[in-house]
Amino acid sequence: MPKRPDIQKILVIGSGPIVIGQAAEFDYAGTQACLALKEEGYEVILVNSNPATIMTDPTTADRVYIEPLEPEFVERIIRQERPDALLATLGGQTGLNLAMELDRRGVLADCGVELLGTKLSAIEQAEDREQFRDLMYKLGHGVPESEIVQSLDAAWGFAEQIGYPIIIRPAYTLGGTGGGIAHDRASFEQIVESGLKASPVTQVLLEKSIAGMKEVEYEVMRDSSDQAIIVCAMENFDPVGVHTGDSIVFAPTQTLSDRDYQMLRSVSLDIIRALGIEGGCNIQFALDPDSFTYYVIEVNPRVSRSSALASKATGYPIAKLAAKVAVGYKLSELKNPVTETSYASFEPALDYVVAKIPRFAFDKFESADRRLGTQMKATGEVMAIGRNVEEALLKAVRSLELGTEDLAVPRLAQLSQHELERELTTPTDERLWMLYEALRRGYSTEQLHELTKIDRFFLSKLMRIWEHEATLSREPLTQEHLVETKRLGFSDKMIARILNENVETVTALRDEWGIRPVYKMVDTCAAEFASETPYFYGTYEVENEAVKTEKPSILVLGSGPIRIGQGVEFDYATVHSIQTIRDAGYEAIIINNNPETVSTDFSISDRLYFEPLTTEDVLEVIRNEQPLGVIVQFGGQTAINLADSLEANGVQILGTSLEDLDRAEDRKAFEATLTKEGLAQPPGKTAVTVEEAVACADLLGYPVLVRPSYVLGGRAMEIVYEQSELERYMRHAVVASKERPVLIDRYLTGIEIEVDAICDGTDVYIPGIMEHIERAGVHSGDSIAVYPPQRLSDELKQQVVDYTIKLAKAFRIKGLLNIQFVYADDLYVIEVNPRASRTVPFISKVTGLPVARIATQTILGTSLKDLGLGTGMHPEADAISVKVPVFSFAKLKEVDPTLGPEMKSTGEVMATDRTLEKALYKGLVAAGMTIALKGNVLLTVADQDKAEALDIARRFHRLGFRLMATSGTAHTLEQAALPVKRVGKINEEGETMLSVIERGVDIVLNTTTRDALTTKDGFIIRRAAAEQGVLCLTSLDTVKALLQVIESLSFQTTSLPAFTEFGVTV
Amino acid sequence: MKRTLWLEDGTSFVGTAFGADVETTGEVVFQTGMTGYQEMLSDPSYCDQLIVLTNPLIGNYGVNREDFETTVPMAKGLIVKEVCDAPSNFRSTATLSDTLKRFEIPGLAGVDTRMLTRHLRARGVMRGVMVDGESTWETVQYRFEDNLPTNQVERVSTKRAYVTTGSGPRIALIDFGAKLGIMRELVKRDCEVVVLPHDVTAEEVLRYEPDGVMLSNGPGDPKDVPTALPLIEKLMPVLPMFGICLGHQLISLAGGADTFKLPFGHRGANHPVLELETGAVTITSQNHGYAVDETSLATTGLVVTHRAVNDGTVEGVKHLHYPTFSVQYHPEAAPGPYDANDLFDRFMQLVQENKQKVGM
Repeated sequence: MPKRPDIQKILVIGSGPIVIGQAAEFDYAGTQACLALKEEGYEVILVNSNPATIMTDPTTADRVYIEPLEPEFVERIIRQERPDALLATLGGQTGLNLAMELDRRGVLADCGVELLGTKLSAIEQAEDREQFRDLMYKLGHGVPESEIVQSLDAAWGFAEQIGYPIIIRPAYTLGGTGGGIAHDRASFEQIVESGLKASPVTQVLLEKSIAGMKEVEYEVMRDSSDQAIIVCAMENFDPVGVHTGDSIVFAPTQTLSDRDYQMLRSVSLDIIRALGIEGGCNIQFALDPDSFTYYVIEVNPRVSRSSALASKATGYPIAKLAAKVAVGYKLSELKNPVTETSYASFEPALDYVVAKIPRFAFDKFESADRRLGTQMKATGEVMAIGRNVEEALLKAVRSLELGTEDLAVPRLAQLSQHELERELTTPTDERLWMLYEALRRGYSTEQLHELTKIDRFFLSKLMRIWEHEATLSREPLTQEHLVETKRLGFSDKMIARILNENVETVTALRDEWGIRPVYKMVDTCAAEFASETPYFYGTYEVENEAVKTEKPSILVLGSGPIRIGQGVEFDYATVHSIQTIRDAGYEAIIINNNPETVSTDFSISDRLYFEPLTTEDVLEVIRNEQPLGVIVQFGGQTAINLADSLEANGVQILGTSLEDLDRAEDRKAFEATLTKEGLAQPPGKTAVTVEEAVACADLLGYPVLVRPSYVLGGRAMEIVYEQSELERYMRHAVVASKERPVLIDRYLTGIEIEVDAICDGTDVYIPGIMEHIERAGVHSGDSIAVYPPQRLSDELKQQVVDYTIKLAKAFRIKGLLNIQFVYADDLYVIEVNPRASRTVPFISKVTGLPVARIATQTILGTSLKDLGLGTGMHPEADAISVKVPVFSFAKLKEVDPTLGPEMKSTGEVMATDRTLEKALYKGLVAAGMTIALKGNVLLTVADQDKAEALDIARRFHRLGFRLMATSGTAHTLEQAALPVKRVGKINEEGETMLSVIERGVDIVLNTTTRDALTTKDGFIIRRAAAEQGVLCLTSLDTVKALLQVIESLSFQTTSLPAFTEFGVTV
Repeated sequence: MKRTLWLEDGTSFVGTAFGADVETTGEVVFQTGMTGYQEMLSDPSYCDQLIVLTNPLIGNYGVNREDFETTVPMAKGLIVKEVCDAPSNFRSTATLSDTLKRFEIPGLAGVDTRMLTRHLRARGVMRGVMVDGESTWETVQYRFEDNLPTNQVERVSTKRAYVTTGSGPRIALIDFGAKLGIMRELVKRDCEVVVLPHDVTAEEVLRYEPDGVMLSNGPGDPKDVPTALPLIEKLMPVLPMFGICLGHQLISLAGGADTFKLPFGHRGANHPVLELETGAVTITSQNHGYAVDETSLATTGLVVTHRAVNDGTVEGVKHLHYPTFSVQYHPEAAPGPYDANDLFDRFMQLVQENKQKVGM
């Protein structure tokens, strides 16, 4: 059946802000889907709250709504747009839930909107635990046996029937408190009893533990004519027990025989047919390594993170074809977009190995629990392609940007045997390196298998890397040996480390022996058909398929894996840059390693190199392609960090020169430039000793902002209010030396202002100024940004513009720059970033100026004047827009939800309306907050904030909120005659902060200093709030913004004033 | 030890030897299936062929006792990117290298198999020799002077008839190089299977009083098996008949159609096939270097039932009047998907229907 002629207008729902578990893969899926539908001539309406997506560009859909993904808002859009149909299976769980809610509310029926693709009943059947189990029983497919019991006696019955190990999950407890895995009778009895006690309804769920089995995933597609295929099957390195999003994954499956593979393949097809899915679907299996027994763990009836990975791993664009299937096409009617000669109704054949490794944010969140389990913790992932497991794995390792290109980490040598084995039995994000350390210490693969349950196959591959390393360090290096080493994926840096040489020597040796990678094509068909796909990976083989074309080309470096501080915003800018380069008539080449993103969709660029972003790998691509130059300013710090070594190797950096990039990054040079230009910086000094630091602070005046000079991005940065805190910081938080002193700046509590600007060398154009709601000291990425600014006078705005122009010229910017200012009686420059910033998508969307495109044009030599822009600021928009950060605290246990100089948000939403209050309301709602108009507010604030908190408390009181506070804060409120309910500290008798958070507090306001005790108590209540889903605010400014919203939503109820006569109360 | 693959056009690929230490000659073909090397290796249809596997890692799950498709593999060589000597799978009893040694099949590892595949795709399949060390063209050229033998079917077929018992219909399986998978599917359906040599006569077949005839897969050019044609011609009107792969080509030839050699064949587990009557597309396991010429079917009484989605070649035919049908692909899977498995049920149904008819 060809496409349906009876529908014209289709509403597509996006997935909203990036959170752990739902990331950039949905920008990739959504963008593909929208373009696929447009290609078919449908009118596409898109709603998504996340501005940092290509999907929400006005070019992706016919009309784009950046609105909260909440039923009220989407209903409004539906009533206004009257679409014929809704496509919800490409917007992650958010999209599905929203569609189900709209259906439940009758909106779809009322407005005659048909749900395309998989039917809601099928979605429910896949997602509802009971319905799903029933279906699996009916089909005869295994699911882990489980039972809900209310007594130990009943529990024994289950245990006798099933056998150990058994997972015990108490019902309705905070984060699974009281649960666990029982391996024998004794532990079973103990855990069930404590679980029953912990559960408020005295109920535990018992489930057969399948931890330790092989985990295998199948990506399946089906069309409405019941034709179904497997796009890709993947095998997890980590056994069942580690969330698949946190697992290292290989494709294709490596240890499954044809019988194993075909068995699960048939089951997958059986399930997708039974559910009646139309589009893509992901099925996860646990496979017993010692038999043909399998269990179906989960079915995702939609495109997912895994389908993005499968698309990139095979070249088969699942989301695009899922969209076409949703509008009625059969797979056999659709051409395979890779070969363009074969059809979509075939199963990709791979002739390479793909490795995916998740990227975690534990480098930012040092306090976090790094153990991996059933709750996903990764913020992003990298993928690498090679011709064997070792090569793919090592390429993926160096794509992670963890500061090592290696599996050997010297510090692990410090671990005792006991510690090492504990790390192996309870896997963390560091397990790969732990395994390597164990191999170094002589553990056998068999021992490691016993400890980790990881398949011996993968362990033997690690062993091969280790054994090869050992031989390398023992024997003289021959040409043949070096070839073999490169075929195993060792980077020059790793080889240099093993040989105790410097990397240049290794590279020179490689040059001398002519050992070069070639580039092979990802073509979905293992070379069976001729393909034109411009999608390549490097490997040490014979034939190079990526032959340079005659057309002049430009290389753009991508931003690698998504992590906190470097999110999808940079992929957005990268994609815009690529598109502009193509439009300008050049061949656009991209190197990136993130499978989730739009930039690694092979249809975006002229040539996609799926390669690690290291000097060696990038230089090899450059050698193969001979581009005119390289653009580094859109790929975040990842790309910027490569500029030095690329230029040192004779590569032309396009845009702002390396010298000027360095000048902005180097503190001394930066200060010198500011001084020369007569621009102020917050007063600051450097110190090495505690005494020096105290003296500095005395001179500057408290509070001061302290940070080590050798780390970037707010790590270990603190605001210090008094001497004792400063002494603690100097003694415990940092290691200072003459080369690496501690920087001490006066902490200015003014308004933070952010600007993105474009400079072509002559003119400087400023798309807009943004003002932050939170004062300086909260990382700009975690602040609410407002455009246009509401609190800045015209004079001040002009001053910002003047400063920006000066700075752009002083740093000889060509392309983009981002500046952060603080205004505290005077305007100070905090930071200048000579590159695309996190706010590029936001500012592009609110001003309607494609900022990254314009910047790329200036880099390519078009002047701003040619573009009709010149110097100055773009006229401000009438509507008010806010960018609100979104956090994933509920997923990251033991991470403190307090806001500070270190960035913690994973994503953002945007909202626009006529007034600031309306925009803020939408922004906060879109960010997932529930805005209570009445209820209880718990206040517990640090001394320095009490005066400000009083005003806040008064405003809550006036709105009818009931105030609760701990003793110190309560005292302040009582003195101001505010009614307040006192609650105890955590360990006190009676009602405590913790107990009230667990029942009936709507908003928690908590501010803190780093003083040990309040930190600990504060931490516990903030975590409790995060886990209970209670709104917890740690910045007074955010609370004030919230109050402004609540006040605007509430009618004032004030009593009449008393009669006065001549100023005297009667 | 170094080992070199020479192609008849003078191209060479140097790699490392594994498996048996013998020199070999055969037709070089590529297979794109990602699993199933044990089944491929032991599929008699690969007789006299050197198999290039496009999946770069081979041997990962070892070799087990159950997944052989014949007792003595007849492939002439295996060419891979990398061979795994530390396999991991619960059924594995031997490594691939040891298995190749056992069956005296040489292997070649460490070559750019993708380059080799692209070469074969562009130039078509061709003969190749595998020799030890790094030799020169001059030293191997003479080996291409003789053509490959054409008696593959004779070599792989059973020499004498044998029977497996079963309580269901009796099926005469003509063994042109049958995969055990075909037997497995018939036995699974309770058939009593009489396996007969390739050169059996129609009279001999009828003496067993079978309820149906199954023509197996097999190696080589269908035109090299002329003895089968009168057999098929005679049996087609009287017994339900199902042909697979070579069996399908032989049915077509017997009906008067023609076959031709494909440039690089269909060998893989991902080939979509369209059933013309229903419009259904099935993912199939394929292994064939020849195909039936569609235009030549015109006057044969045979009509096309299935077609390859990718290149449009004939993938199945049926007879307009006789209970005969055949497919070019492998419904018995092993290796490959089971999606077409219901064709055996269709055959069983045909057998039942025919039995009832005869009974009346």
